[in-house]
Amino acid sequence: MALTRLKHMKKTTRSNLITFGIVIVFYLVVEALMAGGLTSSSFEGQLVPICAYVVLAISLNLTVGFLGELSLGHAGFMSVGAFAGVLLWTVLGKTLPAYVALPLAFLAGGLVAGIFGVIVGVPVLRLSGDYLAIVTLAFGEIIKNIINACYLGYDENGLHFSLTDAASMGLAPDGTTLINGAMGITRITKASTFTMGIALVLITLVVILNLIHSRTGRAVMAIRDNEIAAQSVGVDLTRYKLTAFVISAVFAGFAGVLYALNYSSLVARRFDYNTSIQILVFVVLGGMGNIRGSIIAAALLTVLPEMLRGMDDYRMLIYAIVLIVMMIFNQSPQIVAWRKRVAARFTRKKGAPAPQKEVA
Amino acid sequence: MQFLSYLISGISLGSVYALIALGYTMVYGIAKMLNFAHGDIIMIGSYVIFFAFGSFGWNPVVSVLFAMAVCTVLGVTIERVAYRPLREAPSLAVLITAIGVSYLLQQVAQLLWKSDPKSFTSIVTAAGLKPLALFEGQLVISAETIVTIIACVIIMAALTLFVNKTVPGHAMLAVSEDRGAAQLMGVNVNATIALTFAIGSALAAIAGALLCSSYPSLSPTTGAMPGIKAFVAAVFGGIGSIPGAFLGGILLGVIENLSKAYISTQLSDAIVFLVLVVVLIVKPTGLLGKKVNVKV
Amino acid sequence: MALLEVSNLGIAFGGLQAVSQLDMTIEKGHLYGLIGPNGAGKTTVFNMLTGVYRPTEGNIILDGKDITGKNPEAISKAGIARTFQNIRLFNEMSVLDNVKVGMHNQVPYGLWTGILRLPAYREKEHEMNRKAHALLKIFDLDEQADLKASQLPYGKQRKLEIARALATNPKLLLLDEPAAGMNPNETEELMQTVRSVRDQFGIAILLIEHDMNFVMGICEEIMVLDYGRMIARGDGKAIRNNPKVIAAYLGGD
Repeated sequence: MALTRLKHMKKTTRSNLITFGIVIVFYLVVEALMAGGLTSSSFEGQLVPICAYVVLAISLNLTVGFLGELSLGHAGFMSVGAFAGVLLWTVLGKTLPAYVALPLAFLAGGLVAGIFGVIVGVPVLRLSGDYLAIVTLAFGEIIKNIINACYLGYDENGLHFSLTDAASMGLAPDGTTLINGAMGITRITKASTFTMGIALVLITLVVILNLIHSRTGRAVMAIRDNEIAAQSVGVDLTRYKLTAFVISAVFAGFAGVLYALNYSSLVARRFDYNTSIQILVFVVLGGMGNIRGSIIAAALLTVLPEMLRGMDDYRMLIYAIVLIVMMIFNQSPQIVAWRKRVAARFTRKKGAPAPQKEVA
Repeated sequence: MQFLSYLISGISLGSVYALIALGYTMVYGIAKMLNFAHGDIIMIGSYVIFFAFGSFGWNPVVSVLFAMAVCTVLGVTIERVAYRPLREAPSLAVLITAIGVSYLLQQVAQLLWKSDPKSFTSIVTAAGLKPLALFEGQLVISAETIVTIIACVIIMAALTLFVNKTVPGHAMLAVSEDRGAAQLMGVNVNATIALTFAIGSALAAIAGALLCSSYPSLSPTTGAMPGIKAFVAAVFGGIGSIPGAFLGGILLGVIENLSKAYISTQLSDAIVFLVLVVVLIVKPTGLLGKKVNVKV
Repeated sequence: MALLEVSNLGIAFGGLQAVSQLDMTIEKGHLYGLIGPNGAGKTTVFNMLTGVYRPTEGNIILDGKDITGKNPEAISKAGIARTFQNIRLFNEMSVLDNVKVGMHNQVPYGLWTGILRLPAYREKEHEMNRKAHALLKIFDLDEQADLKASQLPYGKQRKLEIARALATNPKLLLLDEPAAGMNPNETEELMQTVRSVRDQFGIAILLIEHDMNFVMGICEEIMVLDYGRMIARGDGKAIRNNPKVIAAYLGGD
């Protein structure tokens, strides 16, 4: 009954429901396995990171797959989100109940990442081309270096801040250090759970899928397909580019908070260029513009390296090759034509008789 | 006096950026793509010199020439294998491939030579050149600085002559103006683009030698930041323009060095990119670039 | 008052004067042809009218409003729509969605309405779907509504571009070589369609076309451009017999 109804649904609606289904089934299966004591602790430790990477991959896909712009600083947005969220959690967590403090931490992470999205996006997105890639890459590196040099603490006189070292903060002896330079934030009360992660994945999916299938989403995809034509039908390029880019940054911020609250310490080094590339690999491997592909690629590529420990040295090398091979295989006009020829020959051999000669 | 010293070392750093920016700007102008891997070719070139000269004790000049040869082969191979199949593909696909290549070079270097930095022996000092002391020793200019600036000026002049006075140079100009028309006029577009990659990569080897002689720490990511900054320099000067690369490189090097000296070391990179953002807002075509009308 | 009044319009690229001293009036509900040898500046005129290029001199008044130098979005909102010489569709989007993008400013709703699926979302999407299907039907494209635009055959892609332009609810429609690459049957069919679009929507149409049968067949008034200047205007017969036009096409003087 449900299946026949599924069959008659609009193709996109059906596809979206399948995506939600995959996430929910994954959640139920993992929960059942955990209840039965069938999972290893290293796998359990991966569950929250999987959810974080899925959110990162979905959100980066909005920029790369739907807007058609390249961001190499997704880890940077994740980083500022993580630090903002964890700071708020550290400060508020002591006084407010968790069910108030946690959502506030997430909101803070998303908001701060979004603000950085605006700062990076406004000057750069006005121009088409490769500038966004360069500027986002630079953003990720600069943010990492600045947070690494950041010292923040508070005492009865208020907040103290320095970019040189802990001593120059001028903190009173009984003051509390919040960010300790390259050591980052320590003694975080862990708060992330698998359920929370899945909830964030589902929220991300609802927002991004609804966005894509709305007026805004169509405008964004129109810009990707043809900027000049999009303008000619009255689409404001900068506005919609910025909308997509900032929403993408906001969700990277959420993911950063989720990820950071899974550990007891947080350092900026963790969100480096390698992380940004890794997220890009999820998107490229899952298929640009394919949300379900992003989810599966992110989940698999997060779990697999854990299982194949020996491969760890070669993991990033394989990522690099994946990027090159996927692009040439999917985008080179000659190779796409060759693939079509091979596919045609294959289907002909397999079933239907050879097509008759065309009558001129 | 101190200011003068910062200024001169800034010009020297800027000369290195200018040499790297040349590779970006020529490839961007002619193949219409951002060759992300350019910075990493510098890194490979530097490792080649490190081993040829540092480990095997070759003559410094021979080492540099050898590195230029290796980089040329590498650059042309990358173009042939990774970029040429995508010449008619969307620019996003080309860009992602270029990032893949850049990342591949870094990872291969990491596997071969490990990530701990190697200390690079200056080839300039090894060649027996001495620092220059001026104003009774109040201002000392290192030999590396002098060689870098002189090398940059000579290469710029030679390249400008090459592009304007020779047949392959004219072919490059033609392809950058209009690839289709150039092809119809009998210009071998593939060969011209390959030549552009060859020249850019050979210059990258020289830039690597000079960069690592002044900043003697070599690791698989050595090329990444200078590469990106050189691209900023190319945009600053006007992408596609050879004098623009020179001007943009020098200015960026000076800005970076002065902000390191007078503002903050941590923020100097941020200031460099702030320059890019300001340029993109005020004059997206750069200082010496020309406006290109999109054909509709 | 005329729908579009262009006076003394000109543009120079560097030292090259591509169009100069162009005057043009277009009345509501009429069909105009813009012809001329290759490189005469026809598409450049379109690009100025639609804000792709900013004119270096002159004025463009649409329906009493000065739109000179406005950007393409503003001009689309003001009521000029166009097609492109080299087809520019949203290739990876469905045929239906191409038209719905065309309605971007006609059936607007906000970001949050879309994300949160507020009641207005259903209502507006329903309205858009209805209008879009009606438009596609005119161009015999409703059967292919769910195909990707890039999967359409060439002739249908040209039609989809016109449908998308009409979705913006224009007062003036500019068609840049609508019959290019079509066979005589398709061209004949397209002539019918263009005429019926004009009748049904009551809009003015200005088209660039090299197929003289097409231009002479449907345009009530023809303007001839040569070296960026208007050398003649009038009905088909007058143009055909104009010695300046003949000279321009044959390259004599």
